[in-house]
Formats: sequence, structure tokens, C-alpha cells
Amino acid sequence: MSWITKTFSSSIGRKIIMAVTGLFLCTFLVVHLVGNLQLFNADNGAAFNAYSEFMGHNPLIRTMEIVLVLGFGFHIYEGLALAAKNRAARGNQRYVVDHIEQNSSWHSRSMALLGSIVLFFLIVHLYNFFGSLRFTDVPRDANGNEDAYALVLAAFKDPLYVLLYVVGQVALLYHLLHGFSSAFQTLGLTHRKYTPAIKFIGYGFSIVVCAAFAAMPIYFYFFK
Amino acid sequence: MAGSNPNAKPMNLTLKVWRQKNRNAQGGIVDYQVKDISPDMSFLEMLDVLNEDLLRQGEEPVAFDHDCREGICGSCNLFINGRAHGPEPGTTTCQLHMRKFNDGDTITIEPWRANAFPVNKDLSVDRSAFDRIIQAGGYISVNTGGTPDANEIPIPKDIADRAFEAATCIACGACVASCKNASAMLFVSAKVSQLALLPQGHVERKSRVENMVAQMDKEGFGACTNIGSCAAECPVGISLENIAILNREFLSAKATSNNLA
Ligand code: HEM
Ligand code: FES
Repeated sequence: MSWITKTFSSSIGRKIIMAVTGLFLCTFLVVHLVGNLQLFNADNGAAFNAYSEFMGHNPLIRTMEIVLVLGFGFHIYEGLALAAKNRAARGNQRYVVDHIEQNSSWHSRSMALLGSIVLFFLIVHLYNFFGSLRFTDVPRDANGNEDAYALVLAAFKDPLYVLLYVVGQVALLYHLLHGFSSAFQTLGLTHRKYTPAIKFIGYGFSIVVCAAFAAMPIYFYFFK
Repeated sequence: MAGSNPNAKPMNLTLKVWRQKNRNAQGGIVDYQVKDISPDMSFLEMLDVLNEDLLRQGEEPVAFDHDCREGICGSCNLFINGRAHGPEPGTTTCQLHMRKFNDGDTITIEPWRANAFPVNKDLSVDRSAFDRIIQAGGYISVNTGGTPDANEIPIPKDIADRAFEAATCIACGACVASCKNASAMLFVSAKVSQLALLPQGHVERKSRVENMVAQMDKEGFGACTNIGSCAAECPVGISLENIAILNREFLSAKATSNNLA
């Protein structure tokens, strides 16, 4: 093994992969959210469809899409593999009485569970929108753009989808409440001057982003 | 006895103790009653009472580790009522007093649980994995010869203080025992950051962190997920900041050392 593969197969190296991909996925969330805010425009989706058409065909975006898939791939693979390895490190004999809830928070201990809920949401979500737009012929709107807005309207008529999307965002919220600041700690970026601000920004980021995403299905279900 | 409380009433307790004959045997919880326990006793003295009872009845006493009985050796490792060293923060088991419990309580006592800490017998575990991690790099090189003057190397007070805080680690393993992932990173980070902060540690700075982390992985400890159980249960208050320093030291050593292996 070269020093590079050795570094990234060590316990700390694998955590660094988790942190870097996790923070990269956070930047993706920002881009995705800003674009999707067009859904709240009162223009029957004209701006949203134009944006969606642009995202589907711009070569730079299409290249970043590959990086994004790799980011998700590494994050999910390493996350689940590390969770399995960590579980095994504890051994087969568990504590008969364990009050771990007295020394740590539930969501920080449940990153793999929360991530798996997000993963389930992600698969359904890709099937709902990305799959239809990329792999099927979708009717076009008045401006000749693929009518992604109509897909959103149709999907969020179904209360089951609305529920799944909200649950997905709650899981993501708790994943990020721990994950955002945890990633800085993993990268060694902990300092008494900056860490309080990182924690504050992490909480704010998680709440704002997840609430805005969750507002979309709720808005469409009740007001459209 | 000086400082004892004459009004403190003796207690009767039910103990649920993990008994295991040897490393390969199947263990299990066994119930015992102990009577007339003084609230002024330490937890280990209470176990001494149990063992004297067991010896009188011709039974095998419960094996548990202890040495200094004053919180400095790190050997009195018991998982008490679901917490490392019991429910009191900032104490080892030998510093835990029976006055923290009530008459009639049931107390569950288990050994540290981690693949890298196999149970030798009953409550006694093998923590030699920690010794091997220290051997891999937890030392500094010094020249022999005349005694150097004290304070010959200037070290800023805040650096000296932080190194000293990290140096207070007694290697008890409560961090591993309480971590959901059985990760040893708080222990390793205390050693690495103590020596990285001080000029005396700089000779082996890069090889130390590379070798200690490699040994830590080889012993089968888990990877840190920044949950923080370790720091919350640490009897001497080693902080999570040390783990960030460890991660930083590791990354910069890997990126800049001449070690291609
Ligand atoms: C948009 C989606 C996601 C974002 C923004 C995200 C972000 C993050 C961040 C920032 C961390 C902290 C890394 C660290 O502690 O160093 C993390 C940890 C983790 N993520 Fe995600 N994540 C996402 C989706 C997922 C998915 C789909 C899974 C799949 C199961 C997952 C599993 C995990 C696990 C298990 C951890 C803990 C790893 C550890 O601490 O060792 N995540 N995530
Ligand atoms: S017996 Fe030495 S620390 Fe408790």
C-alpha cells in the first residue's frame, strides 16, 4: 500500500473522508436549496423550469454532478462501513446496564441510522424527479422548458410523499446538528476562539436549510 | 475515624456482579447481598467486604484491579450502574464513596467492554493494548549526561498548562469503556498532544503520531465519531480538543513526513 492509501484507510483517514464529503454535501444543499426556492415564485413554475433546464444541460453543472455522485458514494460507503467496524470494536458481549444517554446526545450516537433514513429519502427523491427528468420525456411548458414544476405539483398531492419528505428533512436536521460541527473537529479545526461560532453556524445552517426544504412539500400540499 | 459522619447509617445492598472464570469462559451476572456497609467506605472497600464474605463461605472472591486507591494509577476500572467508574463525574472507582448510594440499592458492576480489552477474569480486563500503543511512540529521546538546569528550555505558561492537562491522563481506559465505538482516541490524543505541545517532543513528532495511530488501529479500537462520552466520563477531565490536535498532527505528519510506507 502506498502512503496515500494507508493514510485514507486508517481510522482517522476514513473519518477525514467522512468530514470532507460531509461538508461538500453541505455546500450542495445550499446550491440545491437556492435553486428550489424558485418553487415559491407565483409564476406557475416558469422560473423553476428554466432553472431546472439549465441545471440539466450546463456542462459545468453536469461535471459537478459526477463529483456529487462520488461525494455521496464515498460518504455513504465509508459511513456505513465505519459504523459496522465501530459496532464490532465494542465486542459481542454488550453491557447489561448501559446509561450512555447520561453522557452523550441521542442524535450524535445515531448518525448511521439518521444517514440511512436520509439515504432512503434520497432514493425515492431521485426516482420522483431526477429519474423522470433525465430518463423520460417530460411535457414542456409555454417557454419550451421541461415542465419539472408539474412533476412537483403532482408528487406533493400525495400525503405519503409529503410525509416522507418531511421525515427525510427531520432526519437530515439531526444528522447535521451533530455532523456540521463534528466535521470541523475531525479536520482538527477546533479552537477556543472559533469553535463556539462554528457550533452556532452549524445549528443555524441545519435548522434553516432543513426547514426551507421541508416547507416545499407542505406548501404544495396545502396551498397549491 | 477523622472526618467520618457518626450519624451515617450502615447500608444493605444488592450487587449484580459480572463473574467470568477466564478469558474464554462464558460469563454472567451473579447476585450478592452485602450488609452493614458504611457510607464512608470507598467502592473498592465495599468490594473488599464482599470478598471477605465470599472467602468465609469458601467461595472464590471477585477479581477486580486496584493499586494506588487514590486516583492516580488508573487500574480500578469498573462499569457501575451503566457508567464508567460509576455515576459521579471526575472520579475513579477508588474515589467513589458509598455515600453516593442509598440503603437498599441494587448496583450492577461490569468489566470494561471492548474487543481490544479482553476480560481476564470477572471484572479484571487486559489493557495491555494501551501499553503497546505507548511503546509505538509515546516517548521522547533524551541525551544522557549531566542534569540539565531546570527551565533551561523556555516554554510559554499557557502551552505548559495545556501539555500538563493532557499529561494528567492515567490511562484507565474509561474513554474506551464508555465510547459507543470503543475508540481509544481520547487516550491516544492526550499522549500525542502532550508531547506535540512541548519542544522535548519534537524529535519524534511525526513518527510518533503515525506509529501510535497505526498501533491503535491494529489493536482493534473503533473510530471516533465525536460523540463526547469519553470526555464526559474521563476521571481527570481530558478534553475533546486533544482529539482535534491528534487529527491535525496525523494529517500534517502524513502529508509531510519522509515515511513512504
Ligand atoms: C445531504 C446529505 C448528507 C449530508 C449533508 C451529510 C453530512 C455529514 C456530515 C457533515 C458528517 C460529519 C462528518 C464528521 O463527523 O467528520 C456526517 C457524518 C455521517 N454521515 Fe452524513 N451526510 C449526508 C448524508 C448521509 C447519508 C445518505 C448517509 C448514509 C447512510 C450518511 C451517513 C453518515 C454517517 C454514518 C456519519 C458518521 C460518520 C462518522 O462520524 O464516522 N450521511 N454526514
Ligand atoms: S486504584 Fe489507582 S486509580 Fe483507583
